Formats: sequence, structure tokens, C-alpha cells
Amino acid sequence: MGKVMLEVKDLKTKYVTRLREDVYAVDGVSLKIEEGKSLGVAGESGCGKSTLALSLMGYYFPPLHYISGDIIVDGKNISGMKPDDVRKKVLGTEIAYIPQAAMNALNPTQKIIRFIEDVIHAHEPKMSKKDIYDLAKERFGILGLPAEVLEKHAVELSGGMKQRTVIAISTILSPKVLIADEPSSALDVTSQKMVIKMMRDLMEKGYIKSMIFITHELPLLYNVTDDIMVMYAGQIVELGTAKEMVFDPLHPYTKGLMGSIIVPEEGVRGKKLAAIPGTPPNLKHPPKGCRFAERCKYATPTCMGMEIPNIETADGRVYRCLMSERKIRGVYENE
Amino acid sequence: MSETRAECLRGKGLTKIFGSGNKKTVAVDHVDFDFREGEIISIVGESGSGKTTLSKMLLGLISVTEGEIYYQGKLRDISSGRKKKEYWKGIQPIFQDPFSSYNMFNKIDSVLLDCIKMRGMGKLSYEQKFKMMEEACSFVNLEFKELTNKYPFELSGGQMQRLMIARIFLLRPKILLADEPTSMIDACSRSTILDMLLKLRDEIQMTVIFITHDIGLAYYISDKVYIMEHGKFVESGPAEECILHPTADYTKRLISDVPKIYEEWDLSTV
Repeated sequence: MGKVMLEVKDLKTKYVTRLREDVYAVDGVSLKIEEGKSLGVAGESGCGKSTLALSLMGYYFPPLHYISGDIIVDGKNISGMKPDDVRKKVLGTEIAYIPQAAMNALNPTQKIIRFIEDVIHAHEPKMSKKDIYDLAKERFGILGLPAEVLEKHAVELSGGMKQRTVIAISTILSPKVLIADEPSSALDVTSQKMVIKMMRDLMEKGYIKSMIFITHELPLLYNVTDDIMVMYAGQIVELGTAKEMVFDPLHPYTKGLMGSIIVPEEGVRGKKLAAIPGTPPNLKHPPKGCRFAERCKYATPTCMGMEIPNIETADGRVYRCLMSERKIRGVYENE
Repeated sequence: MSETRAECLRGKGLTKIFGSGNKKTVAVDHVDFDFREGEIISIVGESGSGKTTLSKMLLGLISVTEGEIYYQGKLRDISSGRKKKEYWKGIQPIFQDPFSSYNMFNKIDSVLLDCIKMRGMGKLSYEQKFKMMEEACSFVNLEFKELTNKYPFELSGGQMQRLMIARIFLLRPKILLADEPTSMIDACSRSTILDMLLKLRDEIQMTVIFITHDIGLAYYISDKVYIMEHGKFVESGPAEECILHPTADYTKRLISDVPKIYEEWDLSTV
């Protein structure tokens, strides 16, 4: 068992709205990532994936507020820190973040090398410009980006190139955890593949120690990450290795997500897509019982009445459902 | 089989050139196509391959540099504003970004009422209009009662895109041009949108032109596929033939770039 790089214990964060109605966007999430491993987070829009990312890196600016729970990065608890301290001490060196619209994060009036100087100077003010240039050139070379990019402006690069540049900039200080929030969603399939290849390279060459990859594309997660976590309405509904999650899902919601996959392979055409009916619950007033019960085919009155705990199976998988493992398998087989 | 269907939209040597002299860019380069009624046609290509330029030409939003477009067998005429409006009764778009497709100041009721008016049914009684709107909303699995008196920005992305399809259902154009309608919404809502496009074809025999970069979606939904590279169609034909047995290298590359589940994804080819 490797060294634990990131451990989260029962993290709870909320958004405070103007009408004093609190929205618990991350509600009791616990996870653990070891060195050299990656975790994928999947779920519908509005299930709290991006809020989880912001919470993990300590980005508590209103309306987002921290309530309780621990975030431990490589043995250091960062959960109670002020946002400003987090920015100085944690971001960049411990945790790096690639936002959803990273492509638009580059200031069009600056050359790419200036961003890298900014990032490095924030942590090591004494490093000379020449050293930074050499470091950046070397890193870009290893990651397969041409060195000319450093002297260019953001508008001169294509979408995929911009995204890869942003990834290279945010990992220049070799962070321990990289949080990538939908880094490839706005790209076409070929650029997406290049981005994925780059993230794999970063992991393999040891520039980042562990990774959290957030997306709604399950086939992508299956190919990129070791473990997959599925979120629904702010809670974890299932956690397991990528293979288990894709080929043997336990929670009905994971099963539903699997049904919405479309790949260009024989037999996909003409098959009815198993879309999940309904919409996610309003988190201002979350349902008392199982949060998925309203949309679940197998829901019973007991599901609605009581809070569902996370069940851990013998082989280390976690799921949030009242049905036992054997019963679930039986139900799926009968369909 | 498809050749017996009525002709809907046909292009001959369609070209669009931006700029002139040294700086000219050929966005669409002498493409020929023949779309038949009641089919779903996919145009697949990477970013920058000219898909959106082609779609804008089909809609008549930008001028055509060279070539002709035939609409229902006749040469398309959009020389005046009135003729353009007449043409737009037959072809309607759905765009990529549902958040910027609506007028922020109009409530959903008036969005849908406008559609009824545009179809020339503005003189109906309110009860009839109400019934039509209810029907359109239930077609896309939305509840009209929950939508009245709301503004579009109060809905989620998936709901907005579905409302867009409800609009199309009310307008009943001959052709729906969907430009990446699913690229900004999550995988779960995506499958509902695709099912609705199939329903439009099956229930009211609409022709759907589906523009996408995801060849998996194209395979799932379409009857015919056109693969576009650098402004040219490199391959076209029925979906099964084109995607399961591709001949062009470009198609093969596009297929290998989609993340797969049942086989190993080869990352070394980038």
C-alpha cells in the first residue's frame, strides 16, 4: 500500500443563498488517494462535482462556506486554513487545479512564459528569469509541447493547445495532487486524446503524485483513472475500481449512467438508451430518505423514510443503497 | 430505399471562402450533398473542419461564395427579407449553447406563444394555444404547469435544450438543423435529447441535420453520415457502412480517438 497523498474525512460545505437557504453541495464526502493513483469523479450536472473540487483546494470565498470535515494532503491538514494562506502555501505546490474553462483562463495580452514566471515567483521569488525559461522549456519538451509556445500569446494557440498549455503551467511546480475539472469537455475527440495522453505522461513521469479527474464521460474515466467515484446530490453513491464500476455497477444510479454511454461499436445502434427519468432533487430541501429514491425503479417506501448509510462490501467497494449486494445482482439479472 | 424519399435539401459545388488574396481561407470546399426527407443526417468532423460554416450557409445566415443550394427541388431564393423569412419557416436551428439561445427578458410562455404565432396560428383561442403548448412540453417530458411564469435562465441546461426542441415541435419546420446540441450538457441529459431527435423523425417525419464531433453519437442516431475534413466530405453513406467499415484514414482516426469501453484505448497514436 502506497503513501496516502490525499485523505478527505466527512467533508461538508455549503452555499449560502440570499434568502438564507443553505445548499449543502458537498454533504459528507470521504475519500482517500494513494501515491501514483488517480480517482475519477462522475455524476450529472449539479451533483456537486465542481464544488467538491473547489472545497478540496480550500477555495472558500462566499457564497461557498466550509462546515466540517478534514482535508489532509500528504499528512498536513489544510481544512481550517484561510483562503489567502491556502493560496500562498498550498496551491501550486501541494494542490494544483485545472478549471473547467481553462482555455479562457489565459490573459490575451500576456505571453505564455509570463504566466509561468508569475506562478514560480509566487512561491520562489528569487528564481531568475533565465532559470524559469530553461525549466519551462524542459518541461514543455518532455510533455510534447513545442518550445515556441512560450513566446506566443494565448490567441495564437488552438483550443487543444491552450488547454495543454494550461495543464503544463499549473503543474510546473510538481504538485502532490492535481484536480482536473472537466479538462477535455470543450474539445473535440482528437484534442481530448492529446490532453489525456499528457495527463498520463505527467503521472508516469512523477510530476504529479496523484490526480482527481472530474467529468461526466464514463468511458473516458474508465480509460484514464484507477478508481471511480459517482456522486449524486452532494453525496457519494458508489466508489470502486474503474473496472468494477463499469462492468459490475451496484447502485441503480451508476447502472443508469452506464446506460447512457454511446460508443461507435457494433450493436449500439437501435438499442434504446436507458435514460434516467426525472431531475436531481433540489438541494435546498433535500429529501429525507434516499436522495435517488424519486427516480429509482426499485425504490420502496422504506427508502423514502430513512437516511441511507454507505455500505462497505467485503472487497472494499462502497455503495449507498438499502438492497444487499446479492439482491441487487439478482434484480439486474432478471431484467 | 432512401432514393425513393422526396428530395429535401441538395447542394452542388458549395464553397465558402473567407478573406481574399494571400490570406484567404477556404472553409468549405466544393461539397455536394443530397439530403432526403425524414432522415437524420450527421455531419461529423473535428473543430475547424468547416461544419459550422456549412450549417450557417444552409441556414442562409452567411452568403455562399460559389455553388447552389436546392430546397425541395427548387433553387433556394433568399434574396429579399420576405423570401428569407419564408425559407426559415422550412428550416430551423438548435445551437450548441442553450444558455445564450433565449431572450433573457421573455418568459417561457411568450417564447412558446411566439412560435405558435410564427406558424400562423395566432388567431386561435387561448385554450387551443394552451393545449398546443402543453402538448409540446409533454413531447419533451417537461411539465408546462411548472414552466409558466418562469424565465429561461431558471432552468437547467438540459431543460433549456429540451424546451428548444419543444419550440421546434410547435414550429414544425421541414428541416431541423442541430449544431452540436449535446456538447454542453452532461451524458445523462444527452441521451434524452438524442431520443427526442429520433422521436421528431419518427412521429412527425422531420428531417434532422445533426452536426457533431462525436462519431459515437453520429453512429447511434443517424441514417446517413457525412465525414468532413478541411472543408471537404471525405466519406459519406449509410451510418453502418461508414462507421463500422470506414475506408478513409480520417474516419478511422476519428473512430480510434473515441474512448472505448470494451477494448483497449490506444494512446500511442497521438
